[in-house]
Amino acid sequence: MRHDHLITSKQLSRADIETVLDYAAEIDADPSAVADRHAGTVLGLLFFEPSTRTKMSFETAMKRLGGDIVDMGSVESSSVTKGETLADTVRVIEGYADALVLRHPKQGSATMASEFVDVPLVNAGDGAGHHPSQTLLDLYTIRENAGLDDLTIGIMGDLKYGRTVHSLAYALTNFDTRQHFISPESLQLPREVVYDLHQQQDGTGIREHDALEEVLPSLDVLYVTRIQRERFPDENEYQKVAGEYQIDAETLEAASDDLTVMHPLPRVDEIAPEIDETDHAAYFEQAHNGVPIRMALLDLLLSDDAGIRGDGDE
Amino acid sequence: MSNGHDHHDGNDDHELRVSKIRDGTVIDHVHGGQALNVLAILGIDGTNGEEVSVGMNVPSDRLARKDIVKVEGRELSQDEVDVLSLIAPDATINIVRDFDVVEKHRVERPDVVESVLSCPNPGCITTGDEPVTSRFSVLEDGVRCSYCETIVRDEIASLIDT
Repeated sequence: MRHDHLITSKQLSRADIETVLDYAAEIDADPSAVADRHAGTVLGLLFFEPSTRTKMSFETAMKRLGGDIVDMGSVESSSVTKGETLADTVRVIEGYADALVLRHPKQGSATMASEFVDVPLVNAGDGAGHHPSQTLLDLYTIRENAGLDDLTIGIMGDLKYGRTVHSLAYALTNFDTRQHFISPESLQLPREVVYDLHQQQDGTGIREHDALEEVLPSLDVLYVTRIQRERFPDENEYQKVAGEYQIDAETLEAASDDLTVMHPLPRVDEIAPEIDETDHAAYFEQAHNGVPIRMALLDLLLSDDAGIRGDGDE
Repeated sequence: MSNGHDHHDGNDDHELRVSKIRDGTVIDHVHGGQALNVLAILGIDGTNGEEVSVGMNVPSDRLARKDIVKVEGRELSQDEVDVLSLIAPDATINIVRDFDVVEKHRVERPDVVESVLSCPNPGCITTGDEPVTSRFSVLEDGVRCSYCETIVRDEIASLIDT
């Protein structure tokens, strides 16, 4: 793996993904082995949108590598309120930090920001665009639970605005997967994403549905996302579809016993709490995997040796 | 070839409806109905006294109906031809000097166009106040924003940043 920035999962090959996942597994097994690997390194956190899991897991990851973080803080308390552009902000923080993590409400923000900085930049969500580090922890969780080849995955919910969905779908085309996308018509995958998936996987592994029942029994993994009330122009339209995309124990009676249920969190009511204690639930494990994945990712991006231990310094 | 007239389609009677030019550019084989968009790309709205002749929806063997734009006193730059290719992929560019066609070539679609189209996605970073130049990759059947990845297939002319 040799990338200056991580902007989209489209830039990751199967080998890249496996490198990160394998290394994350090593770190997971023995975090102390890398505890001082990046002592003195500073990671800049630029979150222009609220974030809990992503931000805290990057912060934890950097600290567990022996480094530290500088945090822009909330948008309200930053120079953004003075009208500073994103391009200026990243150029300033680049002078304070050895790498940057950016979340921003505009699509393409990470691509643009990366054109203004020389330090590695990780896209932690650009509007409805991409969220590649989430994808890596999703893939790690899928691999742990169901494997990544000969996999049938259902991805359900808000597929239109769900950046985690877009990133995951692209990355899965590197593997032998069948992807079923389940959503209300108004929240289907953006046509751009469908176009790319067909380009990457000639469309044979891609299917779109409006009802989970059509595919549930065949699934190894069900990846659920939140249908966001605020995306609907009126409450009635939301109420019509929301209930159709919630799962509970009764829903899963039709599923395989081995079905893994995932969710990028936060959830509201799309997964009933009664599923939490079943063997299906993998969403908290998924969230926890954010730390070893981001430790592995940061180490790769910050290491000059272009590999995890390429210069034999371990 | 001795003047700015089109001989490919054998429609000289129709061609003669549009006057000959002495020096300038004849843009031929523009898809019917796109002539005004061609003028928009060239930034020509008549207010600067440009001498322009336009033929719209004239019969054509190749396109069934085509538009022709003749601009006196102006030779198109490569950048202009690149953008023109997005809405007139079959266009022929004839450079005329002293009533003779001295160059004639088909447009070629570029891989990328910069600074000429505005992204229609209001959520795209290029629509804000950032110091960023718009950039679109050219697809077989449209264009794609290099930042937000939005694909536009129809109404490309409406994105022209004039």
